[in-house]
Amino acid sequence: MEMTEAIIRAASAIGAGLAVIAGIGPGVGQGIAAGYGASAVGRNPGARGEVMSTMLLGQAVAETTGLYGLAVAMILLFANPLI
Amino acid sequence: MEGVDFYVHGYLPIQIGGATVYITTSHVCLVIIMAILIVFAIVANRMIRNADPAKAPSGMLNVIELAVETVDKLVYDNMGRKLAPRFCNYIGVVFMLLLTCNLSGLFGLRPPTADYGVTLPLALITFVMIQYQGIKWQKWGKLKGLFEPIFVFFPVNLISEFATPISLSLRLFANILSGTMMMALIYGLLPSVILWAWPAALHAYLDVFAGALQAYVFAMLTMVFIANAAETDD
Repeated sequence: MEMTEAIIRAASAIGAGLAVIAGIGPGVGQGIAAGYGASAVGRNPGARGEVMSTMLLGQAVAETTGLYGLAVAMILLFANPLI
Repeated sequence: MEGVDFYVHGYLPIQIGGATVYITTSHVCLVIIMAILIVFAIVANRMIRNADPAKAPSGMLNVIELAVETVDKLVYDNMGRKLAPRFCNYIGVVFMLLLTCNLSGLFGLRPPTADYGVTLPLALITFVMIQYQGIKWQKWGKLKGLFEPIFVFFPVNLISEFATPISLSLRLFANILSGTMMMALIYGLLPSVILWAWPAALHAYLDVFAGALQAYVFAMLTMVFIANAAETDD
């Protein structure tokens, strides 16, 4: 029985590591958003404030999927339903 | 993992029915933050009552006026003239509460927003507001919107309705939790010689920047969702 639990714990740790890979997507997305934000400010420096707030809002929404990965990793590590 | 501490602790067990409920770190921190905000509100109220309207405002009064004006302008810009007066207060309060909660990590408290039990009710309030405003302004259009573009999409639309509060609460929770955790790991695991200098930069990013941004995003999304649901013309 202990063997089973040890295997589940080890697999959960690996799974948590894999779940955090979800961070790649939001990273790319936020980078693209920031790039377009920079080019928008370059074209129209007067609208800097509005571009800034729209960009940050979009980035924060895009971040959500990565945070789901983090939540899954947290659940696997600290509130594991399998054990 | 000694010295690493970012967990929610239970202090005082209370028996309700058969279950044991704890007074946790989040409760204590939330009560402290509420006390601070209430004291601030009373002081600000008294200050404004005693202010001389003929003279230009100065010092603290200036800051209060600036904050109120900024929130008002943000709400009016995003919600239109018809909805904004109803929601100015709520948005301002939510923003202030979340900002204080998120920044409380700087003062040694455990941020209450790093507990899912705090963020989920806030998101549920937003959810109820969205539904109420939708039904109030669109009447049957709200129900009809669930069946668009065709009948088959009903389950998908229903799921997307219920995904709103979940994503809203998880975003805030996970952002603040990851910040809290990073700081706890750094303070717990690095040798204390290094800790003299450089965590300040990390505090600036993880606590101040991320905290303020998430408070802003939560308030902003609440406004946008409610305005979308109401869909008034101006």
